[in-house]
Amino acid sequence: MAKDILTKPKAFYDNFHRKPDQNKQDTHYCPGCGHGILHKMIAEAIDDFEIADRTIMISPVGCSVFVYYYFDTGNLQVAHGRAPAVATGYKRTHPEAIVISYQGDGDLAAIGGNNILQAANRGENITFFFVNNAIYGMTGGQMAPTTLLGQKTMTSPYGRKAEREGYPMRVLELLSSLEAPTYLERVALTDAKHLMKARAAVRKAIKTQIDGKGFSLIEVLSACPSGWRMTPTDAVAWISEKMEKTFPVGVYKDVIKDRKPNTWTRMLEKVPFEKYHEILELTGEPMEIEADMSSVLDIYKNPEILIAGFGGQGVLLLGQFLAEAGMRHCWNSSWIPSYGPEMRGGTANCHVKISEKRIGSPIVAKPSILIAMNLPSLDKFEPLLKPGGLLIYNTTMISRAPSRNDIEILPIPATKMADQLESLRVANMVVAGAIQEKTKLFDEIILKDCLNTVVKHKNFIPLNLQAIDKGKEYVENFGK
Amino acid sequence: MAKELIKGNEAVIKGALLAGCDAFYGYPITPASEIAHAAAKYFPLAGKPFLQAESEIAAIQMCYGASGGGSRVMTASSGPGLSLKMEGISYSCGSELPIVIVDIMRGGPGLGNIAPEQSDYNQIVKGGGHGNYKVLVLAPNSAQEMCDLTMLAFHLADKYRNPVVVLTDGFTGQMMEPVEFPYPNPGDFKKHHWAAMATPETRDSIINSIYLDPYELQEHNEKLQKKYAEMEKNEVRFEEYMIADAEVVGISYGTVSRVMFTAVDVARNKGIKAGMLRPITLFPFPKDKLIELANFDRVKAFLVSEMSNGQMVDDVRLATHFKKPIYFFGTMGGVVPQVEQLAQEFEKIIKT
Ligand SMILES: Cc1ncc(C[n+]2csc(CCOP(=O)(O)OP(=O)(O)O)c2C)c(N)n1
Ligand code: SF4
Ligand SMILES: [Mg+2]
Repeated sequence: MAKDILTKPKAFYDNFHRKPDQNKQDTHYCPGCGHGILHKMIAEAIDDFEIADRTIMISPVGCSVFVYYYFDTGNLQVAHGRAPAVATGYKRTHPEAIVISYQGDGDLAAIGGNNILQAANRGENITFFFVNNAIYGMTGGQMAPTTLLGQKTMTSPYGRKAEREGYPMRVLELLSSLEAPTYLERVALTDAKHLMKARAAVRKAIKTQIDGKGFSLIEVLSACPSGWRMTPTDAVAWISEKMEKTFPVGVYKDVIKDRKPNTWTRMLEKVPFEKYHEILELTGEPMEIEADMSSVLDIYKNPEILIAGFGGQGVLLLGQFLAEAGMRHCWNSSWIPSYGPEMRGGTANCHVKISEKRIGSPIVAKPSILIAMNLPSLDKFEPLLKPGGLLIYNTTMISRAPSRNDIEILPIPATKMADQLESLRVANMVVAGAIQEKTKLFDEIILKDCLNTVVKHKNFIPLNLQAIDKGKEYVENFGK
Repeated sequence: MAKELIKGNEAVIKGALLAGCDAFYGYPITPASEIAHAAAKYFPLAGKPFLQAESEIAAIQMCYGASGGGSRVMTASSGPGLSLKMEGISYSCGSELPIVIVDIMRGGPGLGNIAPEQSDYNQIVKGGGHGNYKVLVLAPNSAQEMCDLTMLAFHLADKYRNPVVVLTDGFTGQMMEPVEFPYPNPGDFKKHHWAAMATPETRDSIINSIYLDPYELQEHNEKLQKKYAEMEKNEVRFEEYMIADAEVVGISYGTVSRVMFTAVDVARNKGIKAGMLRPITLFPFPKDKLIELANFDRVKAFLVSEMSNGQMVDDVRLATHFKKPIYFFGTMGGVVPQVEQLAQEFEKIIKT
C-alpha cells in the first residue's frame, strides 16, 4: 500500500470509508504508482478553488476505478471508456457543476477513443485527466494504444511491433488538430521540476472549466511499476528516458485567452412549465363539430382510404388533411404512410381510416375509396378496391381506363386542373374537393379550416381553397 | 387537454416534455428519427438540452450522466441502436438510474430493413445486456399511448429508480392519430434527492454499480430482485376485448394488437367466440390474468400473433403452464399480419 499521501487535501475523505479493506488511510495503488500523485494534485486544486461542493468526479474503468474512494465530492462511476459521454450528459444538465473526468490510456484512447474525440470536438466545458502509463494496469499488464514500440506486455510478449500493432497513439497531437479544444498539455510525473509543471497544468485545466472556457485535457505520463515490472525508481527513469521520447511533454494547445467565458457553458434558460402548451404548439383551438355520419350514403360511411401516387403529388398531405378533418368531426381517424427508401424511389402512398367506431387495424388492406394519382398506383391498387368502392383517378397522368366494373369510378384531370391554377402542387386538394362533393362526408367549413393545420405556409391557403372548389365544381358538373 | 393529429413519434416528445423530461440524447435511425427531430425542435424552446450523440453507446451514457445528476432524461432508437445501448442499460440498472428509452422496432437481424417488426422483444424484455436485471417495458399501440405511456414511463422510472423502455414498432411510430395532451404536473419538475447534484447537500452522493465483495453484490442483486417483484405486483397493465365469453383468446401487442382487434370483430361476425388480451406492460407480463384465462373451461386455446419468430409466445407458454394449446401466427421482415389472416386463424383453431 502506498504511503504517498502525507497531508491529505480537504477534497479527500479523512477516512477512506468506501474502501472495503481494513486500511482506510492509504490508497489502493501500488507503491510508485502515478495515480496517487495525480489524485493529490487534483484534490489540492479543488481545495484551492473551493469547488468541492460543486465538483463531480467521474471514475473510469482501470486502476483508477476507485477514484470515489478518495474524493470527497459527488461521484459517478461509469462504464469502460464512456466517461466523456457520461460527463457530457451530466454537464449539459448541470452547467454550474465542475465535472472532472479521470481516465487511463486503455479507457480513453482505446475503448473510449471516439467518445473523447467527440467530446473534444464539441468543446465540452469539462476537464479531462488522461493517465498515460503505456499499459493496461488493472487487468494485469496488457498492451495499450500508447504502449511503446518494443515494449513487452502480456499481449505483446515479443515487444510491440509497428507492422503488427501499429505505432503508439499520440492522443494530444490528435486532439490538438481540432478547432474546439481550449487547453491541451502533456506533463510527466517524474522529477521535482516536472511535478511542478504537472501541478500547474492540473490547476490551469480546472480553472479553464471554472471560467467557462471549454475543453481541457492534461495527458499525464505516469509510472506503472507493477505493469512494467520495474522498481518505482526505475519506472520514473523509464518515463524520462523512454516515454518522453515518444510523448514529448509540453503545451499542445492553449487558446484560453481567446475564448470568451460562458459562450461555452451552454447555460439554457429554463422555461416555466406553465408555458409548455405554448411551446409545444398545443394552444390553438381548431374549429371542430360533433358530427355523425347518418346523412352519409352507406358506401361512404367510415371510409377506408388508400391514396397513392408519385412523391411530390401531395399524396401524404392529402391523407393527413382527410385524417385531420375526421378528427375535427370528433370521429376516430388514423393515417399511416409508406415510409423510408420506398418514398425515395418516387412512389408514395398512405392509408387513412375515418370511423365513428374505434379503429382497430390502421392498415387499409381493402380500400373503400382509392385515390390513384398515377398509373403505377392504379395498376397496383385497383384490384384491392372493395366491390362497390369508389375509385378516383387522375386522368392527366393515367391514360388507360380502369378495368373493374363492380366499382364506382370518378375520373378527374386533377393535375391539369391544378396546372390551370398555376400550381401542380394543389392537385391533391382538387381531389379533396372531389371526394367531399362525391361523399358529402364532411362539414365543408370544417374541412376547409383544416388547411390552416396542414398547410405549412399560410400564403398558400387561398390557392388550396381554390383547388378544393375546383374539385367540387368538377364533380357537380360531372356527367351533366 | 389539447387535441392534435400527430405522429406517434412526435407524441413521444410532447409527452416527455409534459412529464418533466430535462434532456434528450439520441442518434438518428429510421423509423425512430422523428423522435429526435421533435426533441431537437422542442427541447431548446423549453430551455433544455438536446444533443445528437456520436453513437447510441454514447447517447445512453449521456443519459446515465444526466440521470446521475437527478435529471429526467430520455433517448430513442431502433433495433441496431438498442443493441449498442445494452451496455448503458445494464449499467443504469446496476446503478439504479431512471432513464426512459424508446425503441421503435424495425426489421432485423443485422441491418435488416426499416419496416415494422417486433423482433427486439427478447432483447428488451429478457435483457440483452449482462447481469441479473430487468427493465419495465411499456407497449403502446396508438399515438395517444405513445404520449401517455411515455409520460407513465417517466413516473415509473422515478418510482423504481430503474430504466423503462417504451417498446413499439415502426407503424406505431409513423402513424398519425388524434392525441389529447394533458397539462404538466408541477410535481414532475423536481430533481431526485438521491442524485449527485453538485450541491453541498448531495456531496456524498455516489452513482455506482461496483460491489467488490460477492456477498455485498449478492445483497445488491437481491435488493434489485425485490424491486422487480414489486413491479410485478403493482405495475401489470393490459387491455381486454370481448373476453368475457371468449373461447379462443388472442394475445398480441403493438400494431398487431390493432389488427387483432379488428380480426376479433370479423371472427365474431362469423359466430366465433374470439376475444383478446393485449399486454400493455411486457415486463411485468400479465401472467396472473393469463393463467386465470387458461383455467377457464370455456377457453379452448390461445392465439399469439407477433411480427417476429415467436418471442412473446414463450412468455404466454410459461404463464399458462401449457394448460391450453397455444397457436402462433408470426410474420417477419416487416410484413404485417392481415385482419383476414388472424380471423382465419381464430376460425381454424375453433374448428380443430
Ligand atoms: C467493456 C469492458 N471491457 C474490458 C474490461 C476489462 N478492463 C478493466 S480495466 C481495463 C484496462 C484499463 O486500462 P487503462 O485504462 O490503461 O487503466 P490503468 O489500469 O492502466 O490505469 C480493462 C480492459 C471492462 N471492465 N469492460
Ligand atoms: S497496476 Fe500500475 S497503474 Fe495500477 S495501481 Fe499498480 S502501478 Fe498503478
Ligand atoms: Mg493504462
